[in-house]
Amino acid sequence: MTDDIAVINTAFGQVAASNTGAIGTGARRQGILRERIKPVSVSTKGVPRWLRRASGPVLVVLAWHLASVTGLLPKEVLAGPATVFSSAANLIATGELQQAMWVSLMRALVGLAIGGSVGVTLALCAGLFRLGEDLIDATVQMLRTVPNVALIPLLIIWFGIGEAPKIALIALGTAFPLYLNVYAGIRNVDSTLIEAGRTLGLSRAALIWHVILPGALPNALVGLRYSLGIAWLALVFGEQINATAGIGYLMANAREFFQTDVIVVCLVVYALLGLAVDFTVRTLEKVLLSWRPAFSGT
Amino acid sequence: MATGVQRNLITPEQTGEHQVQQRQLRGAQAVRVRGLTRRFGEREVLKDLDLDIAPGEFVALLGASGCGKSTLLRILANLDREISGTVDVAARRAVAFQAPRLMPWKKVWHNVVLGLPGRQDRTKAIAALEEVGIGHRADVWPKVLSGGEAQRASLARALVREPDLLLLDEPFAALDALTRIKAQSLVAELWQRHRCAVLLVTHDVEEAVLLADRVLVMKDGVLAHEETIAMSRPRNVASAQFGRIRANLLGWLGVHQPH
Repeated sequence: MTDDIAVINTAFGQVAASNTGAIGTGARRQGILRERIKPVSVSTKGVPRWLRRASGPVLVVLAWHLASVTGLLPKEVLAGPATVFSSAANLIATGELQQAMWVSLMRALVGLAIGGSVGVTLALCAGLFRLGEDLIDATVQMLRTVPNVALIPLLIIWFGIGEAPKIALIALGTAFPLYLNVYAGIRNVDSTLIEAGRTLGLSRAALIWHVILPGALPNALVGLRYSLGIAWLALVFGEQINATAGIGYLMANAREFFQTDVIVVCLVVYALLGLAVDFTVRTLEKVLLSWRPAFSGT
Repeated sequence: MATGVQRNLITPEQTGEHQVQQRQLRGAQAVRVRGLTRRFGEREVLKDLDLDIAPGEFVALLGASGCGKSTLLRILANLDREISGTVDVAARRAVAFQAPRLMPWKKVWHNVVLGLPGRQDRTKAIAALEEVGIGHRADVWPKVLSGGEAQRASLARALVREPDLLLLDEPFAALDALTRIKAQSLVAELWQRHRCAVLLVTHDVEEAVLLADRVLVMKDGVLAHEETIAMSRPRNVASAQFGRIRANLLGWLGVHQPH
C-alpha cells in the first residue's frame, strides 16, 4: 500500500521523503501518467497549399490595381497593372519587345560565353596544376575585389560606346564566379576517390577526366548560376550606356517620355528572362547531377 | 622517393614491362618487404618491418587502431611513398577499402571496369557483378546501393582486375553484423576461386581466424606475433580450437578473457 502511494507520487513528480526508499527496490510502477499523441490528419482540409501561396502575389496586384484606379497612385509615379498589360500587348504586337528581348538575351549569352570560357579555363589551370595555382589564383583573387560596375568608365574609354563595352562588362562579371566555384570544386574533390582512382591504375589524364572533373561539376553548376545572375545585373548596367537596341534602350526611351508602364514591362521582362535562364540551369542540374545522393528532385 | 626502394608500379605506359615483372614474380613472393620504416614526423609508425606473402596466401593483419596496419596497406597499395626500405609488391594488385569508394557519378558497371585498358567492357563488368551476387544492380547509380551491395561492387571492381594480390582494408568494418557474415563468406569463396594472395587488415579477431592462413599481430609498428591457422575450411567459430586461437590472439592484442 505504501508502495502504491510512492509510485503515484513519483508519477506526478513529487517524491515524498518517507517513500524514496521504495523507488529503487524494483517495485513495478503502476498508474503512470500518460498522454495520447494526437495524429496529424494526413489531408489538410481547406484551401490547397498552392492556392494559399498564390493568394499573396494576387492580393498585391489587386491592391496595386485598386490604388491606381482610385487615383491614389498617379500614373506618373507608377502605371496600373491594366495599363502595363495593354502596353505590353502593344509592344508585342509591334514586335518591339521581341526584338529588344532578343538583343538583350544575345548580349548576356555572348558575354557569358566569353567570360565563362575565360573563368573556367583559368580555374582548370589553377585547380589542376600547382604552377597554375601560383601564377593565377592570387591575381584573380586580387582582381575580383574590384566592383566591375566601377569599370564602366574605363570600358567606355577602351571600347567606345557600341556593343563591345556592354559585352565586356558582362564577361568580366561572369568570369569570377565561375572561376571561384570551378576552382573550389576541383580542390574539394573527395581525396579518397582520387586514391581509389590511383589504385585502379588511372593515369593522370584519366584521373582528371573520370574523377576530378565529374567531382567538380556540382560546384561548377553553382558557379554558372551565380554567373547568370551577375550577367543579368551587368546587362542592366551595360544597357544604360547609350544603347540603341535592347530592353535597356526601351527603358531609356520610356524614361524620356515618363512612360512608367513601359518601364514596368521592361522590368517584368528582365525578371522573366532571369527566371527562364535559371530554369535552364536547374534542368541542366537535374540531368547532369542525377547521380548525387543529395539530389531530391525526380 | 627514398633511395633503395624498388617497386613495381602499374602505369599505363609500362604495360609491356609489367607483364615481364609479373612473370618474374610468379613463383616468388606476392609481397616482399624488408626493413620498411615509415615516419610521421618524429614518430616511427612502422619500424624496420619485414613481411612476406606467398602467392595465393591469405594473410590477416590484426592490430589495435593506430598501430600502423593501415599505413602498411597504403604503402603496399602505392598510396604512400615516403618510406625507407625495400618494398616489392605484385604489379597486378587491387584494393578494397573500408568505404566502398565508388565514383558516385558512374553507374555501377562503369565503376567496376573503370581503369581497365581498352574499351568499357560491359559483359566483363556484369560477369564480375554476378560473381559477387549483384548482377541486377549493374545499371543503377551507386547512391541507391545498400552498404553491403556497395561493398560487393567494390569487391567486384577489385577482382575484375584479376589481381595477384588483393589488399583489403577493413572491408567489413562498416557493415552490420548480418551483412558482415555474408560478406566474409563471400570473400572466402572468391578467394578459393581466384587464388590470389590476400592481405586483410582488420581489428576483428574472429574474422581473421575465420578467413586467413596466417594471422599477424601488429603492435607499435612491428609484427609482434604470427599465428598459422591450420584448421580446415570452412571453419567453425564455435569449435574449441577456434576459441583457443582467438583467446591467444586477443591476449596478444592486450585483451584477456576469463576462462
